[in-house]
Amino acid sequence: MKIITGSDLRTGDVIWWTGEGWSRHVNDAVEAGEHTEAIIARENAKQIVTDTQVIEATVTDDGVRPAHIKDRIRALGPTVRLDLSLKPADPAAGNWVI
Amino acid sequence: MYQYDSYDQSMVDARVAEFRGQVERRLAGDLTEDQFKPLRLKNGLYLQLHAYMLRVAVPYGTLNSRQMRMLGDIADKYDRGYGHFTTRQNIQYNWIKLEDAPDILADLASVEMHAIQTSGNCIRNTTSDQFAGAAADELVDPRPYAELLRQWSTFHPEFDYLPRKFKIAIIGSETDRAAMKLHDIGIQLVKNDAGEIGCRFYVGGGMGRTPMIAPVIGDFVSPLQMVSYAEACLRVYNRYGRRDNKYKARIKILVHEIGADEYRRQVEEEFAHILTLGLEPPAAELERIKGFFEQPGFDANASDELDLSDPDFALWVDQNVHAHKQPGYAIVNISLKPVGGIPGDATADQIRLMADLALAHSFDELRVTHAQNIVLPHVKKADLYGLWQKLDEAGLAAANLDLIGDIIACPGLDYCALANARSIPVAQKISNRFADLGRQRELGELKLKISGCINACGHHHAGHIGILGVDRKGVENYQLLLGGCEGADTSLGTITGPGFNEDGIVDAVEKATDVYLAQRAEGERFVDTYRRIGMAPFKEAIYAKEPANG
Repeated sequence: MKIITGSDLRTGDVIWWTGEGWSRHVNDAVEAGEHTEAIIARENAKQIVTDTQVIEATVTDDGVRPAHIKDRIRALGPTVRLDLSLKPADPAAGNWVI
Repeated sequence: MYQYDSYDQSMVDARVAEFRGQVERRLAGDLTEDQFKPLRLKNGLYLQLHAYMLRVAVPYGTLNSRQMRMLGDIADKYDRGYGHFTTRQNIQYNWIKLEDAPDILADLASVEMHAIQTSGNCIRNTTSDQFAGAAADELVDPRPYAELLRQWSTFHPEFDYLPRKFKIAIIGSETDRAAMKLHDIGIQLVKNDAGEIGCRFYVGGGMGRTPMIAPVIGDFVSPLQMVSYAEACLRVYNRYGRRDNKYKARIKILVHEIGADEYRRQVEEEFAHILTLGLEPPAAELERIKGFFEQPGFDANASDELDLSDPDFALWVDQNVHAHKQPGYAIVNISLKPVGGIPGDATADQIRLMADLALAHSFDELRVTHAQNIVLPHVKKADLYGLWQKLDEAGLAAANLDLIGDIIACPGLDYCALANARSIPVAQKISNRFADLGRQRELGELKLKISGCINACGHHHAGHIGILGVDRKGVENYQLLLGGCEGADTSLGTITGPGFNEDGIVDAVEKATDVYLAQRAEGERFVDTYRRIGMAPFKEAIYAKEPANG
């Protein structure tokens, strides 16, 4: 599947296109469909998101999993500071990246 | 230390105000990202994997306690309680909000700091010897010259749009602690037979995807013509550097392609022309700057005696304390490489503690090193034990300077948008594998450097053992290099062969150290043994097949 990601313009937070808006959680990401360029242009114009891009991902038992390790690290947070990641309570969260 | 005059301060304040307006316009939608990106990069603000990252310039790695304390306060107030000291003697914050960036720059300006020219194709922060003004082996204090270069290169209109970024290092000792020959320009202050000081210009070095050791271009340039000579070096580069291909745009490619002799000829021609223009700052300006770097008020009666009865303290003194030119004083290296830690990271509390210790024990001075450590340059030997105890309580007393645990590592794929592989987890695993300090000391000086991509921010080419992370079909893979070195005997590492996964590279490093221990001659460092016996024995051990069971 193809999903859209970007960074929150104000905070720089990694965000994912949910079909209706943006979420910090990759599991909320949805198939972007055929109109990715139009979505990106429209959302960029709202001054909410920046550095938008379309990436490959798959749906697994654990939820949406970006295909490339870089995007999985973006989705989780730094693997060396899980306390700062989106899963601070899960000591095995780094395994999801690898 | 140098202190801003009203001109310095007004320039920095004006830049803060200008950037504040630019951020407001971006947030209001009056600037697109394409329009805004070059503006934020001019102020050191990158967009990285998880957030905006701000790179703050630490001119030639020198800080006072007020500045250091501000760096800690910024980490708490605007970031997530820590900062990352870099291989270019700067500090980076990883979790910055765009809307906070102007306030951070204003806070920095209040202590004579900024983030200007920490990004972009301009002359970056000039780096230097972290022991400047303190080292027993120093010929000339390089800091006044570094400051002169800072003033010359800041907002230099002609060099604001170079073919590529440009890095200058300057040293004043025979011992090169700044990897000077691996810079676009490396300047070594030297003395001739008549006892006169001169600048030896090494031009065209660098790491990155095409590592090169800089050749000597100007053998003995008068310090009173240093800026003009640098100007000539830059002008030739600006004129002929490859703007058509960013991978061939650094000055090292130009010097290599036309040859050092031809490059030198053109520089000399340009230099002669520049001398007719009177661009060189007046000698009085250099003298004025030198006035800021007077020797601190050392206690002439300070004792050289040290009580080394505490064995842990004795180990730390042996490893982390360096000879000072002033009797009764020492240079203290604070390792930011605890066992299993993240190289170069320090918490806000640790940063503020180091500021306090500098104020109390080091004439209000600190240095950031390119090895991602901190130096207190002027500590009375009588104060060392109390200082060490405070460092130890704060987790800052790792006694591993220049040992295998003192690993340089870039942020890698955990933070950096350019990286191909993670650097920090590899550093942590190696650090844990060699956690035993006795084992580290048995291995002796062993500089291990890790980069997460070919851009080489982790200086892997210059590591006695270097590690380069690459992306192999979406999977992290690590190449091993041996034989790199910075300093007077600068050399570039050679790749051993096929790469490894994360655990495999740690095993490979250990096997390389086993070969060294088995083969070393008396007094040899790892890199010396490698140079004597060559790659073959290492390769044989590293790639040996494990015997099949049964």
